[in-house]
Amino acid sequence: MSFLNYLIGGISLGSVYAIIALGYTMVYGIAKMLNFAHGDVIMIGAFTVFIATTQAGIHPLAAILLAMVICTVMGILIERIAYRPLRGAASPLAVLITAIGVSYLLQNLALLWFGSNAKSFKSVVTIPPLRLAGGALIISGETIVTIIACIVIMIGLTTFINKTKPGQAMLAVSEDQGAARLMGINVNGIIALTFAIGSALAAIAGVLLCSSYPSLDPYTGSMPGIKAFVAAVFGGIGSIPGAMIGGILLGVIEIFGRAYISAQMADAIVFAVLIVVLLVRPTGLLGKKIQEKV
Amino acid sequence: MPMLEVKNLGISFGGLRAVNEFNLSVEKGQLYGLIGPNGAGKTTVFNLLTGVYQPDSGVIRLDGEDITGRKTIDISKAGIARTFQNIRLFGKLSVLDNVKAGMHNKHPYPPLAGIFHTPAWKRTEDEMTEKALKLLEVFDLKDDHEYLASNLPYGKQRKLEIARALATDPKLLLLDEPAAGMNPQETKSLMDMIRFVRDEFGMTILLIEHDMKLVSGICEGLTVLNFGEVLAQGETGSVLANPAVITAYLGE
Amino acid sequence: MFKNKTARQNAITYGIILAAMAVMLPMQMGGHLSSSLSGLLVPFCYYAILAVSLNLTVGILGELSLGHAGFMCVGAFTSAFFTKFTADIIANSYVRFFLGLLIGIAFSALIGFLIGIPVLRLKGDYLAIVTLAFGEIIKNLVNVLYIGKDSRGVHFSMKDSISLHLEPEGTVIVAGPQGITGIDRTSSFLIGGILLLAAVFIVLRLIQSRDGRAIMSIRDNRIAAESIGINVTKYKLLAFTVSAALAGMGGVLYAHNLATLTATSKNFGFNMSVMILVYVVLGGIGNIRGSVIAPVVLNLLLDYVLRKLQMLGSNPVLQFMSDNRMLIYAIVLIVIMIMTWSPKMIARREALFNRGRKEE
Repeated sequence: MSFLNYLIGGISLGSVYAIIALGYTMVYGIAKMLNFAHGDVIMIGAFTVFIATTQAGIHPLAAILLAMVICTVMGILIERIAYRPLRGAASPLAVLITAIGVSYLLQNLALLWFGSNAKSFKSVVTIPPLRLAGGALIISGETIVTIIACIVIMIGLTTFINKTKPGQAMLAVSEDQGAARLMGINVNGIIALTFAIGSALAAIAGVLLCSSYPSLDPYTGSMPGIKAFVAAVFGGIGSIPGAMIGGILLGVIEIFGRAYISAQMADAIVFAVLIVVLLVRPTGLLGKKIQEKV
Repeated sequence: MPMLEVKNLGISFGGLRAVNEFNLSVEKGQLYGLIGPNGAGKTTVFNLLTGVYQPDSGVIRLDGEDITGRKTIDISKAGIARTFQNIRLFGKLSVLDNVKAGMHNKHPYPPLAGIFHTPAWKRTEDEMTEKALKLLEVFDLKDDHEYLASNLPYGKQRKLEIARALATDPKLLLLDEPAAGMNPQETKSLMDMIRFVRDEFGMTILLIEHDMKLVSGICEGLTVLNFGEVLAQGETGSVLANPAVITAYLGE
Repeated sequence: MFKNKTARQNAITYGIILAAMAVMLPMQMGGHLSSSLSGLLVPFCYYAILAVSLNLTVGILGELSLGHAGFMCVGAFTSAFFTKFTADIIANSYVRFFLGLLIGIAFSALIGFLIGIPVLRLKGDYLAIVTLAFGEIIKNLVNVLYIGKDSRGVHFSMKDSISLHLEPEGTVIVAGPQGITGIDRTSSFLIGGILLLAAVFIVLRLIQSRDGRAIMSIRDNRIAAESIGINVTKYKLLAFTVSAALAGMGGVLYAHNLATLTATSKNFGFNMSVMILVYVVLGGIGNIRGSVIAPVVLNLLLDYVLRKLQMLGSNPVLQFMSDNRMLIYAIVLIVIMIMTWSPKMIARREALFNRGRKEE
C-alpha cells in the first residue's frame, strides 16, 4: 500500500505545482516572459493567511480571500512597475534579469517583515482524512481539498478563456500582440489581467502548499516556484491542460524519487526531468512548435 | 554551365504549398530578378536556396555542385551569400567588424593565436582589416567604419549588409529587397552600386525587388512568382510585357 | 586609430587591477590594513573573476546562465580534493595549489563543455532555467559525495562515510554535506590578483579575436551569423566552456581561502549565481572592466564602509542597510535594469543628451 500512498502524495503535491504552473504558463503564453517572482508571490500569500489567522484571528476562508486580493494587487504592481517598462527592450534577458531581482526583493522583504525563522503553518483544512482498505490507505483532508481545488480551477480557467470576452482577448494577445492591438484589444490591460489571475491562483497554491507542508519561511515559495515552472515546461508552455498534466506528473516523479531513489537527490531528479524534456521535446507534452521567422 | 540551377523546387507548410515546381537558371555574371506580388513565395525561395528551409522536392546546383539539403553554414561555405528583407546586422559590432565577421571562414587562424597575439594573428587581422576597408570604400562606408552598425542610418545599413555578404567571397549574391524603404535618389545610387559590384567582382546576383524601376533598370533576366508558382520567365523586357504578369500585378 | 583606442581601454583595465595590487599588497604585508579589510581582498578577486566570467556568457554570448555557481563549485571541490589528497605527496603547498588550479580549471571546463552541448541548443529563458537546474544538480551531487583514501586506494560512496569501508588509518577527504576540511589556505591577494589579471586578459583577448567576433555576431543576430557561415553551436560552446573554466578558477581561489569547504545554497547555489549576476549588471552587461570594479565597490560599500560608519555612531539607516544586503542587491538589480534597458528610459536619456549638446 505504500506505493499507493506515495502516488496519492505525489498527485497532491503535483496538484499544487499544477496551480502554480498555471500562473507561469499563462504569463509566459501572453506576456512572453518567465516571471521568476511567481514562486515568491506564493510565499506572500501563505504569510498573509498565516498572519491573518494567527494574529488577527480572521476566519481561514476570509484570510484566503484576503491573501488572494493582496497577491492580485501585488502581481499587478510588479507587472506595472518592473516588467512593463521593459517590454520591447533590446535584449530578452532584460526582463528575465529584472524578474530575478523582483523574486529577490520579495524574499528579502519577507525576511525583513517576518524574520528568517520558519513558522509552523496551521492547516486551513478541517475535513477529516479518508481511511480506505481498513486504514492501510489514508488520504488526508489536505490532499482531498488540494486535488479538488486543482480540478475546479482548471475547469474554471478553461471556461473563462473559452467563453468570456477577456478570455478570448487573452488568447488573441498570446497569438499575436500586434494584431490584437490592431483589433482594439487593450494589450497592457490583458497582460495585467493575466498577472492578476496568476497571482490570485498563487495565493491559493501557497495556502494549499503550506497546509500540506506546514513549514513557512521567506524562501518557501522559491523551490516550488522553480519546480512549477519545470512542470509548465514539461506540459508545454502556454497550455492550460499541459500545466495540469505536467504539474501532476512532476509531483508524482518527485515523491517517487524521494521514496525510492534518494531523498537528498529528489530536487536533482526533478531538474533532470526538465533537462530531458527540453532536450527531447522542447515544446513539452502539449506545446505547439514555433519556428523563427526569417 | 549556369552558376545557379534550380529544378522542380518545392516546399509545403502545413497544407499550404508555398513554392511549387520552381525552376531557375542564372548564368555566371548575370543580374537576375525575382519578382511577384506579396506572399508569392519569393523570400521562401531565398530561404530554400540558403538552407534555412529544407525543400520537399527538387534540386539546387551551385556552379555544378549539388547543394540541396545542406545546412545554412555549409551553403555559405559553398558560396551563396544573402541579405535580408528586414535588415539583420550585428548591431553592437562596429561597421568594420560586421564586414570582418563576414570574412570569418576565409581568414582562419588558430584559436590561441588570438589570445597570445602571435604573428599569424597579426598578419591575418591586418589583412582582413585592409580588405574590409576596401570593401567599405566601394559602398561609401569607409568613413563610418568605427561606428556601431545599429547607429548607421537606414540606407547605409542596407549597404553594409551587402558589403558583409560580399565579404564571404561568394559565387552568388542574393539580395532580398535591397531598395526597400529607400527614396528614388538612394535607389538610383543603389542600382549603380549593384551594377558596379557585378562588373567589379564578376558577381552573379539574384535579387528580389518590388521597385519596378530598379528591376527594369538593371535586371537582365526575370522570373515572376505568383502563388508559389512561376508565372513567367525570361528576358526582362519580354517578361514585363507579358499580359499574365501585368494582370498579376495590377489585378483583374 | 581604432586599434589604439581598444588597446588604451584594455590598458586602463589592467592598470586598475595592477594599481590596486601595488597599493594594497605592500600595505597588507606591512600590516597596515585592518584585518576586516585584509580579509576582503581575496573575496574581491574571486568575485571579480566570477563576474568577468559570467559577463562572457551574459554580455558577450548574450545568454543568461543561472548555474554559474555550479561551475565555481566544480572548480572549488576538484582543486581542494586534489590539494588535500596530495598533501603528503607534494610538500610545497604552492606547487600543490598550482596543480590544483589546473585541475580545477580543467574539470570545470569539462563540465561546462558537457553541459553546454545539450543546453546551448536552447536559448533565453529556457537556457537560463536549465543552467539553474544543472547548477542545483551539481550542488546536490556534491552533498551526497563521500571520498576517502587508505593504503588500498581511493574509495567512493554516495551514501555515507561508513560505506567507504576505510581502514582505521584511512582518511575521509570529502564527507558529503560536511565537505572538505583542513584545506591549505594558500589563496592570497597576490595570487588572486594574478588570477584576476589572467581572467581579464583571456576574456579581453578572446573578445577582440576572430572567435570573439563570431560569438558576438551570434549574440547580435543568430540567423545572420549562420548566413555568413559562422558555426553557431561551436562558438556558443566555446564561450560557455571558457566561461565555466574561469568560474572554476574563481572556485579554486575561493576554496583555498577557507579551511572548510561545503556546498550550501549560500555559496554554490542559486543565490551565489544571482549575486554574481548583480555584479555583472551593476558593472554593465558586456563591460569587462565594470565586472572587475562592481564587486569591489559593492562589497567595499556594504561590508567595509558601512561598518566603519556604524562605528562612528549608530544610525538606523546604516543599520538597516547592513542588515539587509540582499534587499539592496535586489533593488539595485531592478533599478539598473529598468534604467539601462527600458526603451522609454533610453529615449528619454537620449533626448536629454541631445538637448545638452545643442545648448553647448
